[in-house]
Amino acid sequence: MIPAEVFLTFILMLSIFLGFELINKVPATLHTPLMSGANAISGITVVGAISLAGTGEQDLANWLGAGAVALASINVVGGYLVTDRMLAMFKKKEG
Amino acid sequence: MDILIQFAYVVSAALFIYGLKQLGSPATARRGNTISAVGMLVAVVAALLDQGIVDFQWIVIGFVVGGAIGAAAARLVQMTSMPEMVALFNGFGGMASLLVGWAALNPDAVTFTLITIILSILIGGVTFTGSLIAYGKLSETIGSGAVLFRGQQVVNSLIVLGILGASAMFCMEPGDSQWLFLVIGLSLLFGIMVVIPIGGADMPVVISLLNSYSGLAACAAGFAVDNNILIVAGSLVGASGIILTQIMCKAMNRSLSNVLFSGFGSGKVEEASVEGEIKPISVEDAYYVLEAASNVAIVPGYGMAVAQAQHVVKELCELLEQNGTEVNFGIHPVAGRMPGHMNVLLAEADVPYDQLLEMDDINPRMENVDVAIVIGANDVVNPAARESESSPIYGMPVINVDSARTVFVLKRSMASGFAGIENPLFYKDNTRMLFGDAKESIGGLIREFS
Repeated sequence: MIPAEVFLTFILMLSIFLGFELINKVPATLHTPLMSGANAISGITVVGAISLAGTGEQDLANWLGAGAVALASINVVGGYLVTDRMLAMFKKKEG
Repeated sequence: MDILIQFAYVVSAALFIYGLKQLGSPATARRGNTISAVGMLVAVVAALLDQGIVDFQWIVIGFVVGGAIGAAAARLVQMTSMPEMVALFNGFGGMASLLVGWAALNPDAVTFTLITIILSILIGGVTFTGSLIAYGKLSETIGSGAVLFRGQQVVNSLIVLGILGASAMFCMEPGDSQWLFLVIGLSLLFGIMVVIPIGGADMPVVISLLNSYSGLAACAAGFAVDNNILIVAGSLVGASGIILTQIMCKAMNRSLSNVLFSGFGSGKVEEASVEGEIKPISVEDAYYVLEAASNVAIVPGYGMAVAQAQHVVKELCELLEQNGTEVNFGIHPVAGRMPGHMNVLLAEADVPYDQLLEMDDINPRMENVDVAIVIGANDVVNPAARESESSPIYGMPVINVDSARTVFVLKRSMASGFAGIENPLFYKDNTRMLFGDAKESIGGLIREFS
């Protein structure tokens, strides 16, 4: 049985390499939407926050989790919407 | 149930990756963003199915509040203010990770978990306050200049030592919350300290770097709460920010440490005197030159955005094309206040993206250009970067507008650019200065055409 730490670190290592390969192919013209899209993805923290905010116990961890859900939701919702708004403006020359 | 949730995270990771891959071309990018959003939805739904969740009240409140703020911000933000918005969002992401790390603390956490909790608090905290300072500098609610003081390095070193010490104590005595609060406090302070010595002109680097940190903070939070999808998504964002940071540094011919620590643009620059005289041109004369030109290159900078001139630029561009002139745009990687900022502003004005050329594509064509029009750009077209070794930007790759037959520089006055550096381009024989507000000057040219 592989210890969880090793397993998680393995995932980390592979994701970083994959990230470099993927992002290197994004053209300069899309760098701003890339950044706002990355903002949205970094809102993934919401997934971690959900389980902390839903314990039903009125303790500190619950409040911290609820705060994190709110902050990360700003990123998720705002990030995807603004990226979509920008990308909708990119048009190819007609003809 | 738990295994289903874990598989949903795998699906979500695949959607993120595929979404980012689609971002490789402007034609598919919008679909890619939607795919990535679907991935996020899958992850959120999966997280909600977790059996440990018994109370949805605070989750829903958090969603509604955050979602409403995010949606309003996304709808209302001006494209010129995108850098500020991205900076703020970086900060929120960092703070969210800090809170998750903190909340993940429980009495039976093992040392590995404690270390990852510390990392998510540290990176999240630095990202949060650093982003707020970056936001302040970009929106100019605080001075955009570099703040340097005697002993700054000493103070910063002490903070780092303090963080290391407090972190070590926290890992040994996790029950004692004073060490935790000390780490949180010092991280927040450190975020302020690392961004204040960086001048306004270097902000594109800083927001790219903070973008990366917000991802790494999510990654660390993923370790703290033992969640794969946070690690995968966080490291994708981390890698993205690091690549953009590298591109920005390369485009300024500076190392990251030089950007972070040198206090560039803080004003102790030796200035080589510039020979030659300024030759102004009237709108009418400029029109005659443009009317006869067969190849025009437009080089925009942040000044174009400030003057809100992108729509009239597009109009001028159409008139020139109707006149049989080939028009291209040359975009320097650090033009504007964040990577790709100019492209978004021009896309908003309906300029097709295949007309926007990167620096390396436009420079070889510059000798065949009849008129290069510089609108609100300064340092990115400064020939001193090529010619004058004493110039602070010597070695930085620039768009060689001075190789064009004629250069028009649209400028409000003779004041120097954001970085405060003298520009010999204005004194060259083939340069003509079109003084005034860029929007009005171009409006004048349009009236001459019609």
